[in-house]
Amino acid sequence: MNDLSIPTLALAQPPPAATHPGEKPALAAVALGLLALVAATADADAGRARLSLYLALALLSGGALGWAWLTFGRPAAGWHPHDLWRRSSTSRGAVAWATGVALTGFYVVLYWFPWLLENLIRALDPASQGLRHRAADQWFLYGTFYTLAVLVLGVRALWKYRFSRYHLARTASVMFFQLGFGFLLPGLLLALQRPEYYFTYFWPLKYDYLFPGTVSQLLHGGGLGVFMVFWGVVMSFVATPVLTYFFGKRWYCAWVCGCGGLAETAGDAYRHLSDKSRQAWRWEVRLIYPILGLITLLTALLWLGASGLVPALGVVTGPLGQFYGFVIGSVFSGVVGVGFYPLMGSRVWCRFGCPMAAYLGLLQKHFSRFRISTNGGQCISCGNCSNACEMGIDVKQYAQRGEPIVRAACVGCGLCATACPRGVLNLENGPREGRLAGSTFIHADSLRIL
Amino acid sequence: MHLVIIGNGITGVTAAITARRLAPDARITLVAAESAHHYSRPALMYLYLGHLRYADVKPYEDWFWAENRLELVHAEATGVDTAARTVQLATGQALTYDNLLLATGSVVRTAGWPGQQPSGVQGFYGLPDLEKMSQATQGIRQAVVVGGGLIGVELAEMLHSRGIGVTWLVREPRYWQSVLPPEESALLEAHIRSHGIELRLSTELREILGDEQGRVRAVVTTTDQELPTEWVGLATGVQPNLALARAAGLETDLGILVNELLETSAPGAYAAGDCAQHRQPAPGEVAVEQLWYTGRMQGETVAHTICGQPTPYRRGQWFNSAKFFNLEYQTYGRVPAQPAADTASFCWQHPTRPHLLRINFRRADHVVTGVNALGLRQRQDVWERWLGEQTPIGVVLAQLAAANFDAEFSRQHEPAIRREFARQFPDIAVPKPRRKGLFGAW
Repeated sequence: MNDLSIPTLALAQPPPAATHPGEKPALAAVALGLLALVAATADADAGRARLSLYLALALLSGGALGWAWLTFGRPAAGWHPHDLWRRSSTSRGAVAWATGVALTGFYVVLYWFPWLLENLIRALDPASQGLRHRAADQWFLYGTFYTLAVLVLGVRALWKYRFSRYHLARTASVMFFQLGFGFLLPGLLLALQRPEYYFTYFWPLKYDYLFPGTVSQLLHGGGLGVFMVFWGVVMSFVATPVLTYFFGKRWYCAWVCGCGGLAETAGDAYRHLSDKSRQAWRWEVRLIYPILGLITLLTALLWLGASGLVPALGVVTGPLGQFYGFVIGSVFSGVVGVGFYPLMGSRVWCRFGCPMAAYLGLLQKHFSRFRISTNGGQCISCGNCSNACEMGIDVKQYAQRGEPIVRAACVGCGLCATACPRGVLNLENGPREGRLAGSTFIHADSLRIL
Repeated sequence: MHLVIIGNGITGVTAAITARRLAPDARITLVAAESAHHYSRPALMYLYLGHLRYADVKPYEDWFWAENRLELVHAEATGVDTAARTVQLATGQALTYDNLLLATGSVVRTAGWPGQQPSGVQGFYGLPDLEKMSQATQGIRQAVVVGGGLIGVELAEMLHSRGIGVTWLVREPRYWQSVLPPEESALLEAHIRSHGIELRLSTELREILGDEQGRVRAVVTTTDQELPTEWVGLATGVQPNLALARAAGLETDLGILVNELLETSAPGAYAAGDCAQHRQPAPGEVAVEQLWYTGRMQGETVAHTICGQPTPYRRGQWFNSAKFFNLEYQTYGRVPAQPAADTASFCWQHPTRPHLLRINFRRADHVVTGVNALGLRQRQDVWERWLGEQTPIGVVLAQLAAANFDAEFSRQHEPAIRREFARQFPDIAVPKPRRKGLFGAW
């Protein structure tokens, strides 16, 4: 049976005419920037390509910042995602598909056809020489774009959420970690002839950091290398459980991680696109825990092989490692993880693929003080919280039953609490006693919600 | 047992879900004309704003009903034979029941202004109204909203989001005067006006004028002004939907008359939610309650009675909440617009930002009786405990942080609130605030 003709409401309405006249020049600057980027890619003349690239970055950043100011900085502060589900760019319309194809295509070229980007990479040589004392490569190009996206669209997020000190703090945090630990420090280490090391990525996300090969290489690299191994082990096995116990997995996923950083800044406009259905949740658990199992198994086998106890393990670990690196490391985390932002939301990788998120999620669900509290019986089942959830949690199912939200997936971005029009939700690090207790104002029904 | 529920709003659905829990073997049928599935009525505005799609405002996914054996009938119920215990549907089909729950909700109340007929004049209650409004307000520049309650502010915000100029006529000299004390009204009036809404207080609608095509072209106010407009939203309240109850021959007044077990005048027939009127409301409480929360509580209560656990309806501590543009409102306990003579009222406002906290307490023993919060989130279970345990205001203020439900890193106003209290009520001592356990966190 159809619910009257209501589905027409979502799409038949034209967007309002009330856009600021300045938005067009700002978006035109972004378009020109993309054009200049294409020109730089196609130009074999190093000097001109460099000029085009710098022009492109200036136009892209300036245009995006100008647009963000007009859209979020200038209007009254507050949560008002008007026409979110009507704009082509944010409701899986033509603009979203075009963006998705372009992003996906960029990743495919970056991973498997980097020579197509040769002119662009060469154009970055001076910058790379300045920071890293070596020529640029595709990963430096990628890191530059990535960091710029986090910073520029991070400013957009700072304007958009300027009424909330929680969002200001976590946005500033991911911008800081991406710039400092995801870009500058690894470059500096290279300049100092040290191993390029990311202090904010840990096993099992950065899985090779605890592979025997990497470990022995680092251990031969002197005191700093030893510290890096020590850091990796401590962060993965001591700091992660302890911090997750006190703050939930958000300390990493929404405050530190680079993937999370991109999702919270560049992906913020797409957060509502995550699928909230039970079917999607089933796929989530089907994928993410086996992936955690797979990388754990691979790591264990590699160490077993390195110990020499079992001979000829390389026959297994070699192909397994290649398979994992290709399918999970490249295709899932990169191509799908970011390329599908405009269609499946900003946390596709974090939700369905990231083994670190799986590990943090298990800790969060079973050994943490973190929960999202529901405020008594005030929920009106409006659905704004579920809509705002980038991890695809149907938050209202808990809120309308008066139950706290304790879910492995939750990255603690806090947008459900912001979107709630009745002040029902709050992220809290409370005592573990009574963490799962529901409100006495609603007698939670025992019917299944998942 | 076959339970037939007419109406799939929050009351009917809560009753159905509760009955399924209490009576696993019962056959439960939900009959509704408005929509195939339950949707959240307070969320209608978010569809218009484009924040959500229709699927997003359905509190349960569609599989929920079949998996829990809740039968859905998308049809209008046109008649009830309470003697034969049958419900007549517009499709010609009839349903026999053992127990019947009428949860038919409300209909828009209109005062019958002259000229109410032109197109582009409507109320706002359900999906058909939303559809109508979406079409009628496309591309228009100017609209008028009539009525100073919660639907009025929703309409103003919806129109404002499309860049439509809004003139808002409110009969009373201040906003939501029947419910809010003056400081709250003033804060909200300023907030609403800061969004460019033209709020006209002490102004009523006198007449609606149409053009030759039968479309609204202007309204005339009681201040003798003619305001050109392309759309008029009537937000002057709702009244119980009694059509089916009258057809069934049930006793009605303003609403369907029920006792404290929510039983109507016919055996096996119950009524709950917006459409019900309590024959003997508890002291200080209203006979017809038209809130989401009371609908949910009545639905839950009546399901217990229907499933053999007779349960009188007791609402408990009053609470409510709303949002006015960006400003959130929560209230617990009783905070009338005018405090009774034996009640003192302490009100704190932030000097520059839109935050307000009002706590009422009895003059004699200082026991708190209610709280209003604007731009602050307060924890319901803490307030429920303070109100229930007759806590004096001094203790409440000392522990106020325990009720703070604002997001982490939010500015904390408790010390400023205590300073203001000491200024307004220098004779009442506030114990030293507890240091530990303020947030229940450490």
